[in-house]
Amino acid sequence: MLKILQIALKDLRLAFRDRSALILMLAAPLALTIGLGIVTGRFSGGGNTSGVSDIPVAVLNQDDGQLGSSLVTLLGGSQLGGLLKPITPTTVAEARALVDADKVAAAIIIPPGFSRGILPSGPDGALDAPVTIELRNSPGRPLGASIAQSVVEEFINRVDAIRASEDVTVRRLIGAGLLQPADAEAYAHGIAQRASTTSAVTVRVTSADAKPLAPFDPLAVLAPGMALLFLMYAVTRGAATVLGERTAGTLQRILVSPTSVFQALSGKMLGIFFIAVSQLTLLIVGCGLLFQLRWGDPLAVAALIATTALAATGWGALLAAIARTPAQAGSAGTALMLAFGVLGGNFGSNVPLPSALSALGAITPNRWGMNGFEQLAAGGNLTGIGTNLAALCLMAVVTLGIATLVFRRTSTTR
Amino acid sequence: MPDILETHGLVKRYGERSAVSDLSFSIGEGEIFSLLGPNGAGKTTTISMLSTLIAPSGGDATIAGHSIIRDAQAVRRAIGVVPQEIALYDDLTARENLVFWGQMQGLSGSRLRQRIEAVLAQIGLADRAGQRVKTYSGGMKRRVNIGVGLLHEPRLLFMDEPTVGIDPQSRRAILDTVKDLNRQGMTVLYTTHYMEEAAELSHRIGIVDHGRMIALGTLDALTRAHGEGESLRLRVGDDQNGPALAQAIGRLPGAHGAASLDGEVTAMVTSASDILPGVIAAASAAGIRIRNIDIQEPNLEAVFLRLTGRALRD
Repeated sequence: MLKILQIALKDLRLAFRDRSALILMLAAPLALTIGLGIVTGRFSGGGNTSGVSDIPVAVLNQDDGQLGSSLVTLLGGSQLGGLLKPITPTTVAEARALVDADKVAAAIIIPPGFSRGILPSGPDGALDAPVTIELRNSPGRPLGASIAQSVVEEFINRVDAIRASEDVTVRRLIGAGLLQPADAEAYAHGIAQRASTTSAVTVRVTSADAKPLAPFDPLAVLAPGMALLFLMYAVTRGAATVLGERTAGTLQRILVSPTSVFQALSGKMLGIFFIAVSQLTLLIVGCGLLFQLRWGDPLAVAALIATTALAATGWGALLAAIARTPAQAGSAGTALMLAFGVLGGNFGSNVPLPSALSALGAITPNRWGMNGFEQLAAGGNLTGIGTNLAALCLMAVVTLGIATLVFRRTSTTR
Repeated sequence: MPDILETHGLVKRYGERSAVSDLSFSIGEGEIFSLLGPNGAGKTTTISMLSTLIAPSGGDATIAGHSIIRDAQAVRRAIGVVPQEIALYDDLTARENLVFWGQMQGLSGSRLRQRIEAVLAQIGLADRAGQRVKTYSGGMKRRVNIGVGLLHEPRLLFMDEPTVGIDPQSRRAILDTVKDLNRQGMTVLYTTHYMEEAAELSHRIGIVDHGRMIALGTLDALTRAHGEGESLRLRVGDDQNGPALAQAIGRLPGAHGAASLDGEVTAMVTSASDILPGVIAAASAAGIRIRNIDIQEPNLEAVFLRLTGRALRD
């Protein structure tokens, strides 16, 4: 075990002495994160949602007034640039079931009397009882649910602002003598009623696993996306070093010392794992400090980093076992990095993929890692990302197992 | 002296091609034994089998009493290997390289530190040990490459063409190091295609060609047995027809063989002074201009030419 560790630490040291590798492993993902953050308006307070689009939401409008229709129009209209993709269930139970089955990121249930709870409907300007919009979110799609919640809350904030300005206008008209108190009497009851509360409508957020959603920050998606994209660079570079050692004769030199083939290859794999963990940790911690991002439960984040790095190491090992030269590993590694980036959603979900390719994303560490980081950033915990951790571990077992078999076969033929 | 290495009919085949055929020899403890032969003769393949890196297709060998087939780990503990290519990590310093390779040999703690200091002093790089290997000259890298093989004080050191591609000064330093190591009691198996190195260093020399041992013995014994007569070396230049001259000389009375390589014709002859007029006449008849003539006493090159009909540097 000691020799395995010594080989791994040597590789870690060599990786952090390679300037070009450091640029690609650390500087490039940070620069891209900052660049994308600027593009998405993260640093100017504007922008929308990092290019995310077509988030499936269930919208059930039980209101017969104008505001319910306006909200439905907003959710599916061009004003949001295709951010949400509403479907319309017919019952509350159906809407909730869609969430529970993870078919949609959230269900927005507009209650009966929604408009009358906000806008005066009678000659006396009186309002119905305050109303509540139910927003049921899917724990498996924290990003989409968080965005849907933000849109609904923004809509309600605007309606509140309009109501407030209406009240101020009436008061000013009375104060200026342009509206007689007698005429204004009809409004008095409504004004008094509205003054008693800051908002006549509230959003009740529920979840399939009863957890609240954290506010959405586009960088919470961009930063791990870039870190995971370049994680594949780190592991494919590690794969190339396995072949590079063979070419340089250092692997043979290790093997003529009292060191077994198993120790030598395990040391190389552990080295790749160390490099992957170091890279991900530096990027996640670095982005957290630079951009004030909250990644969530530290223990869960650490577990996710470790398992994602392990799964990526498995892919690196497989590449090292299959490729014949360092150059072959390098070019195949770049292709793998980009393919996994697309399939795993590291470029944002606005990259349209056929459903078969989208499903293929499940074989990438990027997809499970991204989803795990999204869940944690949205308030998830270790248990919540259990499926992700299990999938990543399984991926590592399968890829490392195949790599070992290929190594055994090729070591007798090369 | 007892034998530290014995090979018995060692064979290595790659498909139909035999890289090493029925190789049998032994090396006594404390000896410098050179395997001398041209590139592709099977020297590196032999070292690779003896160092347990590749498995023989047939035969066996024992090192310090351990079979290279059945007890590879014990063999690896007894040997040190200096490979032909420089096998170091360029981005590590010389000291870091020595630490890593020492760890691979199972050294640690004060023993490792002590051995590193001793090796750095031995290879003359103590003052530059903190610099990365990539900043070193080719000769310095070669010295570190050798130092790695010495770290664990092996009983038997394999040195595979350690002077290829370096300057004369570094070459001299390496040859002196080999002699020093041997004086300290280390057994050395040295491969080379430079006859001067084999002649200077070796207690015994094995001449290999096409994977076979074609002659084995001390320098004196080899030249006595196979190198009677003199060696005639003619410089004709690359623009001249050397092969034609070699053919013409080979037909002269008193010539035992001639070969042409790199603008030079080498001939084994009974008496250089007797044959020289005929050589000059043959060159003149073929329109070949001889620029330089060198007559040498019997040597390993003459032995190789005599045994194979080819120049050693071929």
